[in-house]
Amino acid sequence: MTSAPTYELTNLQWLEAEAIHIFREVAAEFERPVLLFSGGKDSVVMLHLAAKAFAPAKIPFPVLHVDTGHNFDEVLEFRDRTVERLGVRLVVASVEESIAKGRVRERPDGIRNPLQTVTLLDAIQEGQYDAVFGGARRDEEKARAKERVFSFRDEFGQWDPKNQRPELWNLYNGRHHKGEHIRVFPLSNWTELDIWQYIADQRIELPSIYFAHEREVFRRDNMWLSVGKHTTPRENEEIVTIKVRFRTVGDAPITGAVESTAETYEDIVAEVAATRMTERGATRADDRLTEAAMEDRKKEGYF
Amino acid sequence: MELLRFATAGSVDDGKSTLIGRLLYDTKSIFEDQLESIERTSRDRGDEHTNLALLTDGLRAEREQGITIDVAYRYFATPKRKFIIADTPGHIQYTRNMVTGASTANLALILVDARNGLVEQSRRHAFIASLLRVPHLVLCVNKMDLVDYDEETFERIRGEFRTFASKLDIGDLAAIPVSALHGDNVVSRSPNMPWYEGPSLLHHLEEVHIASDRNLRDVRFPVQYVIRPQHQTNKELHDYRGYAGQVAGGIMKPGDDVLVLQSGLTSTIESIDTADGPVDEAFAPMSVVVRLKDDIDISRGDMLCRPNNSPKATQDIEAMICWLSPDVPLTVRGMYAVKHTTRNVRAQVRDLEYRIDVNTLHRDETADSLTLNEIGRVQLRTTQPLFVDEYRRNRITGSFLLIDEASGATVGAGMVL
Repeated sequence: MTSAPTYELTNLQWLEAEAIHIFREVAAEFERPVLLFSGGKDSVVMLHLAAKAFAPAKIPFPVLHVDTGHNFDEVLEFRDRTVERLGVRLVVASVEESIAKGRVRERPDGIRNPLQTVTLLDAIQEGQYDAVFGGARRDEEKARAKERVFSFRDEFGQWDPKNQRPELWNLYNGRHHKGEHIRVFPLSNWTELDIWQYIADQRIELPSIYFAHEREVFRRDNMWLSVGKHTTPRENEEIVTIKVRFRTVGDAPITGAVESTAETYEDIVAEVAATRMTERGATRADDRLTEAAMEDRKKEGYF
Repeated sequence: MELLRFATAGSVDDGKSTLIGRLLYDTKSIFEDQLESIERTSRDRGDEHTNLALLTDGLRAEREQGITIDVAYRYFATPKRKFIIADTPGHIQYTRNMVTGASTANLALILVDARNGLVEQSRRHAFIASLLRVPHLVLCVNKMDLVDYDEETFERIRGEFRTFASKLDIGDLAAIPVSALHGDNVVSRSPNMPWYEGPSLLHHLEEVHIASDRNLRDVRFPVQYVIRPQHQTNKELHDYRGYAGQVAGGIMKPGDDVLVLQSGLTSTIESIDTADGPVDEAFAPMSVVVRLKDDIDISRGDMLCRPNNSPKATQDIEAMICWLSPDVPLTVRGMYAVKHTTRNVRAQVRDLEYRIDVNTLHRDETADSLTLNEIGRVQLRTTQPLFVDEYRRNRITGSFLLIDEASGATVGAGMVL
């Protein structure tokens, strides 16, 4: 028996339609958009949606990778393969170069995540980008819960949370003067679970480190850190080999893995649905610094 | 799984944040690290209970001052639906924020304190919900524990609200007695109020019928972007020309005749494409690409509709305006940039017919400006025609923004009459 059409969209179809609408608005109204692509799952979903928004044409803007120099090899390999497949231009802004040029100084702890802001803002100025797509979601963090889809940044890249433009219906105001830009967040209304359900539904390819695998890790700050080029255990930190996966992909020294046996899309969806920790709380040391860590970094121009 | 968007409104002491915290907590949408963080903050501040309201206060200034500044969006899901809450603060810039939250909501939740009954703000919230055409309204009479779960108190408040609501245009109204603090009637029916036979709040949110809220009658397709791959080697792609957009109303099918505004030319839909292949039908709010049989000049800002059912193409707009700017007022003869569907034009305010008092609904016809949070009826003259429907018929083709040309700020929200 076939039922009458209900003309209803599912949650994921609705989110997809909204994101595609946002991509097209930006492509139509801005001169030089760019999409921030880290190889992390949110930016992969964002790029997937951008490709869908303009099909059968190519994505009409480049992607920008802010490279901390502390990458997982699997992620770099994935990045290059993906931009090749989609035929988009890749721009790499290197934190290492910013350090070499004296734009920023290496921190004593070697963590480069906070340094990215300078590299990012320099790249935006150099590329004269007027719209910068980011994969941030409002469910990630409480300062982000109040951010607009079109988020205005002044000539210094700063966000002023108390002076945001009201955003109504599906009308997005992208007005800005030369030198200012708009951060655009097409995934604003997605939750971590939506992202995973969508990835599973669309069979979107991800860097392999998102899936459970055997890895040498050690315990620091209540997180499992990967033993690698950029992260070496201290004397009292014991190396163990266990089955882990990554829930986020960031600067390697501060991106923790979680113990997991989830090897397939479906396993991960089930795991995410049952998890009791936010992804940032579980895996990102940078967000634990203070109660308002994210708000402070965002005001300065962070992602 | 369907999506339901709702806006919450209430004053500081109505327990709105507690109610939202309760919904998130009881649907297991709060994570352990979030809970630990607010437990720690509650302890540091010397709060008696873990303050669930802290979950919704995102910015440093909000936590320091114990107030909510801006619209915050919250997410939770049950096996039946995913919910997006637009949590709007009750005091500072209340109207601006509630208008923002209500503009995309299927449902508005209005909270009152059972001890105080309806206050000025409750009426204001109901008025805004009706002005923004939020299809469903829920009156939550909170703090029932503090009135001994008394049926008469609830019935009195409900009756009073119904009387007021009858003066407004409200489609669907439900009233639910709750205690957010203790969880009565929030997720499950409360044994403390056996006299109440309706659903719990969550059950109502899961079951309320939203399918007929969208306009499926009048085909409206604002063209957003023209897709032309101009592929060098692939012949088919070389000549591909598709009109991308998000359906704003009606149901479109291949083979349908369409009228193109502003040219007035007609054609037939050849195909409706998506990245996953062609589809048989498109309806709001699908994002699709429409190809037409005839090669006619169409660009962003044009609109596809049916030859016998088109929006009004006009330069004279009658609208209700809610003023959103703390910096500049709306003035008669003022010029503004207008953003309507995918069109950008300019408009002059020709007349301010009246300003409405959102508390008493009194119309002040002597008003000559609108300042922050004020609402009035205006006549606009646009530099180019807009293709509009009455807001009551279509919330997408009936709404627009006014933008200050110097600062670029969004200063007004308009609803076409």
